[in-house]
Amino acid sequence: MPKLTIDGIELEVAPGTSVLQACEQLGIEVPRFCYHEKLSVPANCRMCLVEMEKAPKPIASCAMPCGEGMVIKTDTETVHKARKGVMEFLLINHPLDCPICDQGGECDLQDQAVGYGFDRGRYGEEKRAVKDKNLGPLIKTIMTRCIHCTRCIRFSDEIAGVSVMGATGRGEHMEIGTYVEAAVSSEMSGNLVDVCPVGALTSKPYAFTARPWELRKTESVDVLDAVGSNIRIDTRGGEVLRILPRLNEAVNEEWISDKTRYAHDGLKRQRLDRPYIRENGKLRAASWEEALALAATKLKGSAPEKIAAIAGDLADAESLLALKDLLGGMGVASLESRQDGSAIDATSRAGYIFNSTIAGIEQADHVFLIGTNPRWEGALVNARIRKRYLQGGLTVTVLGPRVDLTFPIEHLGNDATLLNAIADGSHPYAETLKAAKKPLLILGSGALARPDGAAVWAAARAVAEACGLVREDWNGFNVLHRAASRVGALDLGFLPAKGGRDLAGILDGARKGEVEVVYLLGADEIEAQHFGRAFVIYQGHHGDRGAHRADLILPGAAYTEKNATYVNTEGRAQHTRQATFPVGEAREDWKIIRALSGALGKPLPYDTLQQLRKRLADANPAFAQIDRVTPAAWGAFGTAGAVAAAPFTLPVENFYMTDAISRASATMAECTEAFVSPAVAERTGTHG
Amino acid sequence: MSASETPAGPATFEFTADNLALAQRIIAKYPEGRQASAVMPLLDLAQRQHDNWLPRAAMDYVAGMLGMAPIRVYEVASFYTMYNLKPVGKHFVQVCTTTPCWLRGSDEVLAACKRKLGIGPGETTADGQFTVVEVECAGACVNAPVISLDDVYYEDLDGPSTEALLDTLIRGEKPKPGPQNGRINSAPIGGPTTLIEMAQRNGVKPASQE
Ligand code: SF4
Ligand code: FES
Ligand code: FES
Repeated sequence: MPKLTIDGIELEVAPGTSVLQACEQLGIEVPRFCYHEKLSVPANCRMCLVEMEKAPKPIASCAMPCGEGMVIKTDTETVHKARKGVMEFLLINHPLDCPICDQGGECDLQDQAVGYGFDRGRYGEEKRAVKDKNLGPLIKTIMTRCIHCTRCIRFSDEIAGVSVMGATGRGEHMEIGTYVEAAVSSEMSGNLVDVCPVGALTSKPYAFTARPWELRKTESVDVLDAVGSNIRIDTRGGEVLRILPRLNEAVNEEWISDKTRYAHDGLKRQRLDRPYIRENGKLRAASWEEALALAATKLKGSAPEKIAAIAGDLADAESLLALKDLLGGMGVASLESRQDGSAIDATSRAGYIFNSTIAGIEQADHVFLIGTNPRWEGALVNARIRKRYLQGGLTVTVLGPRVDLTFPIEHLGNDATLLNAIADGSHPYAETLKAAKKPLLILGSGALARPDGAAVWAAARAVAEACGLVREDWNGFNVLHRAASRVGALDLGFLPAKGGRDLAGILDGARKGEVEVVYLLGADEIEAQHFGRAFVIYQGHHGDRGAHRADLILPGAAYTEKNATYVNTEGRAQHTRQATFPVGEAREDWKIIRALSGALGKPLPYDTLQQLRKRLADANPAFAQIDRVTPAAWGAFGTAGAVAAAPFTLPVENFYMTDAISRASATMAECTEAFVSPAVAERTGTHG
Repeated sequence: MSASETPAGPATFEFTADNLALAQRIIAKYPEGRQASAVMPLLDLAQRQHDNWLPRAAMDYVAGMLGMAPIRVYEVASFYTMYNLKPVGKHFVQVCTTTPCWLRGSDEVLAACKRKLGIGPGETTADGQFTVVEVECAGACVNAPVISLDDVYYEDLDGPSTEALLDTLIRGEKPKPGPQNGRINSAPIGGPTTLIEMAQRNGVKPASQE
């Protein structure tokens, strides 16, 4: 533990700490451009110069490890002069076009120029200009502004795992780009905009939209996958203008996926802004009273066995519980939250969550992926595996379709029956798992949505138990969900009660006329024809599949428009916060259900969000622990049996469009066009 | 720099059998897992095979061979000026214009090229026979000014000797390499000026003596 003195303060730091990090520990700000906490250290911008006793010249603090007895000064004449010199050089070729630059107001260069810039230029020569590069539909480039910090190169290489950015040419002719002018094909590419300290890489969809000081910032949580990335929603005048990541080391660190970041333009399209009733095959606008009365009539007019409810992937815990309370109170047993037909159920919490936790991936030394493409099903989980891989000593084995995961893998093939063989030790891979110190398996949600899903689930449990994945101090059994609502719904038991129908049963019943009323709580993944002649009540925010089939539409709120609870794949309950109001006459979802309970004459026992949240915590203590994961006790789950020989298929065909919001997003459509369609054409040979 | 500023070149590139064998020998020089270190000699080899310039297909080919991301190869190829990313003439005339050569008359050399070939630095003759470029110190300042041409150095040039040199090439002959003014290697012009006794013992006439 080296001891050193910084500005007269003595401190002891962990070995390997850089001088810059030590300064940060003391709260001393050191300006920097190239240094980024999560990236490797190239020390090429020289902005972080500090003085070190006995050194002949200022040192780059970001790259200098703390040494015993070092004496550092960060606030001397020399330091200021040195930093001013660096700043002057940086500005020589910088266009100083802040008034027309989207980074203005949140630009590191602008901020630091205030501290270290000269009030006029001394450079009378011609500035250089650099041609802009085409990096695809998400990232806009104005390369003349680039200060060659190489953060974008390191981000692509290290975090995103797609080595496409580079610096070509040299000296004055050095340029940052991809050389081949290809779009950056990574589900994490939007983070380039955040890592670029200047306005060279900015957000294309957000171009010239707003200035940072005009925005209202709301801290919230993403729901477009089950990772629960922490986000900041920036709004102005009731409109979501952009979404940025918010630091949460346990979940998304400081990154978010491109869908999380850019799908929000879908919030403005195809919105359900008022109740609608279908009459003579056509939807007509209706008032809330009328709509709720109709819903009440329909629900009262059918026997409880003839009523069913299906919750969608974006449903929040509050509305799930309210709907369960309401319908359950009426004796309705056919509740379903597994739109994909998954066999997963609530028998054991450890069986349906990501027990190791996302941050826990960093402790693993072996990862076993079963029927999943984490890159598309939980981009940040994949990023975490890659991070672990870069630390060295991680091996990854895949059972299922082979995809490029940005790290090397061992492919076991795609024979699902191997799961049984590994569990009973007859497959040699069992030895690999047993030999690992902290092995971890990730079971894809698609693997559980097969007809033999329960057997797959049990087989994965058997593998975990037989190969030492579940121990006193370590639980390496993980399910990677895609639906933000799934774990919450399982926690609340939004599942068929005794005698109730599951998804297949509901759809079958609807076809046969045995189910007369289906209540869809934002369920959009089921084709319309499956509902037969049932009366479909759709509560949700987008005119997507569910609403197209609906006989009655109750307009709800999207995740940016409500204070709601979601439980991520780890079992971590988190709150979204209302950033804008629901559109038109739409209402927060639990309130709609509460109002409906009134119309039914069976008012639910909560009138405020607090009361409802209290009820949530009573229903399952997981909801009382916000942003925390309580380890779940191991228990039996699944149905032991032989896994069918059918190969695993991946559930996500297009990362960019997986739900009602991203399907309505023009930006996501562009991404599909740019990144997914060409790949599909390549595979199927239908291009050209 | 970006690919759009250079000609597309052929769609594919492959080493000839001989070059492939040579490439494998080069790669084998580096320790296991460090084969990317062979990128520069391999690019050079590819350039030699491909009329002295590197199309993108060749860079991609080298990247594939060494297991590197293509951009890492583009970075190397665009950093070093000795890699040509655009086609060049059959004879690649590299005129050194760094200070020692310039003091010794590299302007004259360039002017002679212009007279003889009608092209200035960075240009290629219409018949594709010659490209003239300016380069930084070629490392032969002792015999400045210098032209490096098709892997051979021509030294101690002036206007007329440069023209003569180019004439020889135009006739399709190979000029005599090295100093063009009668100097032996980099010995003093006219004979030795030091170690005179030793020179005399060996029967060489020193410079200062008639
Ligand atoms: S584009 Fe931005 S992140 Fe990339 S090198 Fe330039 S300034 Fe740095
Ligand atoms: S931050 Fe230290 S050199 Fe760039
Ligand atoms: S300056 Fe021309 S060879 Fe050195």
